[in-house]
Amino acid sequence: MKRFLIPLGLFLVLVVFLAIGLNRDPHEVPSPLVGKPAPDFKLGVLATPDKSFTPADMRGQVWLLNVWASWCVSCRAEHPLLVAFAKQGGLPIVGLNYKEVRGDGGIDAKKLSADDELALTRQRAGAWLSQHGNPYTLSVLDMDGRVGIDYGVYGVPETYLIDKKGVIRFKQIGPITPEALEKKILPLARQLATES
Amino acid sequence: MIRASLMAIATTLTLGASAPLLAAEATPMADNPVVEARLLTISEELRCLVCQNESLAASRAELADDLRREVRKLINDGKSDAEIRDYLVARYGDFVLYRPPVKPTTWLLWFGPFVILAGAVFGLIAYLRRRATRLTPTTLSDEQKAAAQALLGTPPAPPKDNA
Repeated sequence: MKRFLIPLGLFLVLVVFLAIGLNRDPHEVPSPLVGKPAPDFKLGVLATPDKSFTPADMRGQVWLLNVWASWCVSCRAEHPLLVAFAKQGGLPIVGLNYKEVRGDGGIDAKKLSADDELALTRQRAGAWLSQHGNPYTLSVLDMDGRVGIDYGVYGVPETYLIDKKGVIRFKQIGPITPEALEKKILPLARQLATES
Repeated sequence: MIRASLMAIATTLTLGASAPLLAAEATPMADNPVVEARLLTISEELRCLVCQNESLAASRAELADDLRREVRKLINDGKSDAEIRDYLVARYGDFVLYRPPVKPTTWLLWFGPFVILAGAVFGLIAYLRRRATRLTPTTLSDEQKAAAQALLGTPPAPPKDNA
C-alpha cells in the first residue's frame, strides 16, 4: 500500500501544477510598469486639435488611461461598461487612441501624408465615439504607436489605473470586465483616493 | 564619325536609363546591412508579445514591426545590445526575453530541473544500495549443504560448470 503513495503524491503535485498553469491566460503578461511612474508623453487631443495633453495634467487625481481604437473589436465589448462608469462619475478616464489608421489592416497608411492621416484619425475616432458614446474626459491621438510602446501596450484594449502622484498602480490587459471593475479597480481607486 | 556619334548617343541613353535605377537602389539607413544584421541577432532573442511563440525577428505581427523599427532606431542611436534589451524589458517585462535572467524569482526555473535530477539520482543510489544488501548471497558451509541434501533426500550433485 505504502509504495503506491509516492507515485500518487507525485501525480497530485502534477495535477495541481497543471490546474494552475492551464487556468492562466498566457496572454496576460504582468506589466513591469505597475508601481512605476506613468511614462511621460505629449499628444494632440482628439476634440480640440490645437491642444495637447500630458499625464502631468492629471496630477492630484486618480484616473484611468484606457487604450482604444475604432478597429479594436474587444474595445466595442468593453465600451458600454466604460460609458456607464463615466455616467456614474467614478473616475476621470483619458482615452489613448492607439494607431487609429495604421492599426487598421484595411488601410495602407504608408500611402497617406501626415496631414491626411491626422484628418482620417480624427474623423474615424470621432465618428466611433459619437456612435458608441464618449466616456472619456478627453482622448489623445497616438498615431504611430510610440506612446503605446512606452506603456508596454501589446493588445488593445488595455487600461492603466494611475494614482495622484502619477504612478501606475494597476494594469488591466484586455477588456475591463464588470468583475475586474468591482473587485479590483474600484477598491484600489477608493484606497488611492485617500492617499495624499 | 557617324558611328562615333551614334556610340555617344547610345552611351548617354544607357547611362541616362541606368541613373534613376541606381538612385532607386540607394540604401536608406534602415537597410544598412550592419544595422540589419545586429537587428536580427538582437530580435531573435526577443519574444513577440502578440504571437508568443515567435521571435521578434520572425513575427509578422504589426507590433513586432513597430518594435523592430524601435530597435533599429536604438541601434542607429548607438545603443548597446544590453541597453536595447533593457529598453524592451522595462516596457514588457522579462517575458520578452527568450533567455530569462538568473535571479531569485527564476531560480526555480533555472535550477529546478537539476534539483529534481539530483533527487532522482540520490533516490536511485539509495534504492540500489538497499537492494544490494538485501540480495547478499549467502553461501552454505559443507555441513549445511549436506544437511540440506539429507532433508531433500537427493544424493549430492556433482558440481556443474555452468552453475
